[in-house]
Amino acid sequence: MNISRRATLALGGGAALAALLPLPSFADANDDAIAAFTGGADMADSGLTITAPEIAENGNTVPIEVAAPGAVSIMIIATGNPNPGVCTFNFGPLAGSQHAVTRMRLARTQDVIAVAKMADGSFAKATATIKVTIGGCGG
Amino acid sequence: MADNVTPRVRVPRSAAAGEVITIKTLISHIMESGQRKDGDGNVIPRSIINTFSCDFNGQNVILVNLDAAISANPYFEFDAVVPEAGEFTFTWNDDDGSVYTDTKAIEIA
Repeated sequence: MNISRRATLALGGGAALAALLPLPSFADANDDAIAAFTGGADMADSGLTITAPEIAENGNTVPIEVAAPGAVSIMIIATGNPNPGVCTFNFGPLAGSQHAVTRMRLARTQDVIAVAKMADGSFAKATATIKVTIGGCGG
Repeated sequence: MADNVTPRVRVPRSAAAGEVITIKTLISHIMESGQRKDGDGNVIPRSIINTFSCDFNGQNVILVNLDAAISANPYFEFDAVVPEAGEFTFTWNDDDGSVYTDTKAIEIA
């Protein structure tokens, strides 16, 4: 069957337009959460470590440990959860170290991002990819 | 008010002055995330502990802001400096306004 040149161009143009349309994504909520914490500042790649399992057998309780020497606070977000916020640790004057451990719920395999605010006002970011076999959001 | 909310805290009984100790805290709380639905299909509203803080002799050690993604029976482990003998106070604030507390005294060895 012969497709006319005009039809082919129209088809190609339509496809290009469709590709440009914005896709819905969770990225916006995650970016908002990070921007609210950092005020839009740049984040360094080092100075913050996340310790978490590569594979979480139970998404309802995934252990996670964060450490950032010299940090004032550390925020953790789960980029693939319905709501990205996990928790924020704020270290007080009697904190023995800038290190904390907790357990979180992960709905599915996703990246967990931690952002640390340092005492000098700078920020550091670290990411951990965690595979989840059974999701933990009760859905 | 969430039922049967019991805090459990592990603090060493004594420490050297200025020593850094590890504190582990647990509180039994269902942490209803607001994502579940009941049998009729209605969303069960969120009801979680939203803040946890640890203070020692009036000074803050750590303050944690919790979101719904913290697991049920929230567990926290962190370090504290012990400058002198005194008492640790642990406070959990619930979405429904309840406040749960626990205290642990520590001596200087």
